[in-house]
Amino acid sequence: MTTTVQTAVGTAEAMVLNMGPQHPSTHGVLRVLLELNGETVVKARSEIGYLHTGIEKSCEALTYSQAITLTDRIDYLAPLSNNLGYCLAVEKLLGIEVPKRAQYIRVLLTELTRIASHLVWLGTHAMDLGAVSVMLYCFREREQILKILELLSGQRMMTSYFRIGGLALQPPPGWLDPVQRFTDMQPSRIDDYEELLTHNRIWESRTRGIGVLNAKDAIALGVSGPMLRASGVAYDVRKFFPYSSYEEFEFEVPTRTESDCYARYLVRVAEMRESLKIVRQAMPLIAPEGPFKADVPGIIPPPREEMKTEMEALIYHFKIFTEGFAPPPGEVYQRIESPRGELGFFVVSDGSAKPCRVKVRAPSFVNLQALPQLAEGSLVADLIACIGTTDIVLGEVDR
Amino acid sequence: MTDAAAEQSPIVQRLLVWDSNAVTKVIEFRGELTLVVAAANLRRIAEYLQNEPGLEFNFLSDISVVDRLPAVPRFEMNYHLLSIPNRQTLRLRVWLAGPDPVVDSLTPIYPTANWHEREIFDLFGVRFEGHPELRRILLPDDWEGYPLRKDYPVEGFR
Repeated sequence: MTTTVQTAVGTAEAMVLNMGPQHPSTHGVLRVLLELNGETVVKARSEIGYLHTGIEKSCEALTYSQAITLTDRIDYLAPLSNNLGYCLAVEKLLGIEVPKRAQYIRVLLTELTRIASHLVWLGTHAMDLGAVSVMLYCFREREQILKILELLSGQRMMTSYFRIGGLALQPPPGWLDPVQRFTDMQPSRIDDYEELLTHNRIWESRTRGIGVLNAKDAIALGVSGPMLRASGVAYDVRKFFPYSSYEEFEFEVPTRTESDCYARYLVRVAEMRESLKIVRQAMPLIAPEGPFKADVPGIIPPPREEMKTEMEALIYHFKIFTEGFAPPPGEVYQRIESPRGELGFFVVSDGSAKPCRVKVRAPSFVNLQALPQLAEGSLVADLIACIGTTDIVLGEVDR
Repeated sequence: MTDAAAEQSPIVQRLLVWDSNAVTKVIEFRGELTLVVAAANLRRIAEYLQNEPGLEFNFLSDISVVDRLPAVPRFEMNYHLLSIPNRQTLRLRVWLAGPDPVVDSLTPIYPTANWHEREIFDLFGVRFEGHPELRRILLPDDWEGYPLRKDYPVEGFR
């Protein structure tokens, strides 16, 4: 199905239609102002801000450690990616090194988060286009990942499991068993999704040649992540500027050149397989016992046992949780590859215990800017596919 | 690397060869290079960095503002540039005086700047000369004040 419709533009009066903010296919509270000529989208303008909660301003009123809890809520489908980005930024500001074991655990968990996020994306996007059963399968597998996160942190979603200098808690014994079971099972499950979709004629006709965004426009619009890679640009922060020991892992960066919704689907499915590869490599690297956070007195809370037996540790503990700690004045911009693209944290310290400014470069906020490019000139039904493959999370768009 | 060593970086050297007054100050912190430039030169320099072969900063990651109240000038604009072909990053910084700061818009050369600048206008009240559609983006159109400024209380005005 091509997107060109042979109607004489200008003869009929354009109709203005509000899609959203309560429309199931806008994945939250996105409102798209549409100008329609029959079924053709003449103009699409995104109106955002319905979920604006002032997270950046709130961070300025909290200590560096407290602000972690807010980062969970920015992109609520990939909370650990946000935790990681923020913690890396503050660690860079402080100039502290995280133990290797904690770095590997962070890598493993953020890759699981990437799979979970892509599963939600695939499920909801397929449902938007009429393939409801895929949604049920995807959410079933995602639950396995959330159970692993719950095992580690006690929370399914708002984990705040990454802390400045390492992790919040020592992972419980045997936590890698469910991870092992998941990585054994998941490849065949991804095959199942592909069985249902990849060569499905309806799926292909709904996504092939729809929402084309060429590489030049994508770069100019600041589009990143799977969307940019589906346009043929192999920009992946994990490869370009490795963080948290990503340089030690072997994985491919899937790219496509078709630049359409179908290409974005293929890239994300391939990314899930690559993430599984990273998880499999990380598992044997993680020793059953060992440090899970750095040892920096005055900044990283001392171990529980020391706190109960040593006066000095008790004082540090008290000071860290009442006053916080003050990084040297300066600013850092830390980028990581979140499931949606380049997630950046710009953290500014003025030498006090609270951040002077925390700016979040939210990938879906920037990617959403490309919507008119994707959808204008296509049919309303294709607009749904375009919004779907942009993979927005409104919590992140509005912050 | 000290600030003095950072001045020897090839990016700075190329900029200085092109225009000896382009860079006011070079700062290096935690491995990140920051070039302070005059607000009047911002668009010209960004255009040069974007198009010059060997530099090709073709990707504008982010624009962030810091309100440095009570410092004068008050607003610090940070432009985070990335060169995908050369795998390099760079931060451009300009200072703007309050209370009604104005700077050239980068939207004509980096279309991605559009929403970043609207967000900054919305939350900080910085105006961008040459922006195609400068209106609030996150807050309601009739909102009063600029909430991310330091003189705006976290709880809001009651």
